[in-house]
Amino acid sequence: MLLGASLVTLIPRVLPLLVLSRIRLPEWALRWLQHIPIAVMSALLAQELLVSNGSFSPSSAGLIAALPVFAVAYFTRSLLATVAAGMVAMAVLRHVSWFAA
Amino acid sequence: MRENEAALDHRVRSDESFMQGVKDCLPTVLGYLSIGFAAGVVEKTSGMSLAEIVLMSLLLYAGSAQFIAAGMMVAGNPATAIIFTVFFVNLRHLLMSAAIAPYFRHLPFWKNVSIGALLTDETFGVAATRLSRKSKGSYQWMSGLNLTGYINWLIANVAGGIFGQWITAPEKFGLDFALPAMFIGLFMLQLIERSKYGVDLLVAISAVVMAVAGTVYVSESAGVLIAIIIAASIGVWVEKWK
Repeated sequence: MLLGASLVTLIPRVLPLLVLSRIRLPEWALRWLQHIPIAVMSALLAQELLVSNGSFSPSSAGLIAALPVFAVAYFTRSLLATVAAGMVAMAVLRHVSWFAA
Repeated sequence: MRENEAALDHRVRSDESFMQGVKDCLPTVLGYLSIGFAAGVVEKTSGMSLAEIVLMSLLLYAGSAQFIAAGMMVAGNPATAIIFTVFFVNLRHLLMSAAIAPYFRHLPFWKNVSIGALLTDETFGVAATRLSRKSKGSYQWMSGLNLTGYINWLIANVAGGIFGQWITAPEKFGLDFALPAMFIGLFMLQLIERSKYGVDLLVAISAVVMAVAGTVYVSESAGVLIAIIIAASIGVWVEKWK
């Protein structure tokens, strides 16, 4: 499993660097590829926050914690600050809900 | 005059040096450490040994893919599904590798292999910003940047694996939200960087809807794949009409 996963990770990392000096992708393919990062992140985030055990069940804690995280990402433009904000937001949310309960 | 030239030459060379690459990687070090630590904890709690964690961080070397692989292993997914998902999760590297390729055309085959093999979201981000001011990238500088990230990642994963044993409830520290937060961060950085808010938000909404629908009606890994393909196609289609 690990070797297979490593190989399929290595190939996309290395291949474009090796072949792009020889082959030029058509314009439409480049434009399509440019949308991939946004699409990947959105899809993975949706699965994290909106899906649980294969069914649609939004995580209210996750959605609430996500709000300050979006704001921190926008204002700091720092991946580190964003991840830290996410962990703090979720930790605080859990402690608050323990106090409430 | 001669001194000036020598000084300029020295500055250009030190600017491109291995150590400069190491220095330029430093802002990302804490990012690697926190996510790598979280990945180590997740890998440990999913039942992996320390040796397996070392192997995974050295061979796979991809944050979100390691989280996902560990998670899918616990959920009992078959190896083919994990490999398929990891492939699509990491397919974004294709774009990054393609984007920096023009700057390294002067390098031989194996040097391009080593640059690509250690390419991550973070080192790509640093490299893309720096290369935009240049016509050629320095192999020494790129190696300093890449190797610093690589070593940090290994240390962070191992630390997470070791201390993960004592952290009985990682969710108490919000560690389980490190991954969604990272996705939010990468999403926002790309959104801000591209400044194509209309098209990008439409692509994002399409991806969210298709990911949920695909996951519910087909499967988790197919959901991501369907979402990416359809959302990116919608993006191209919308741009055509603008």
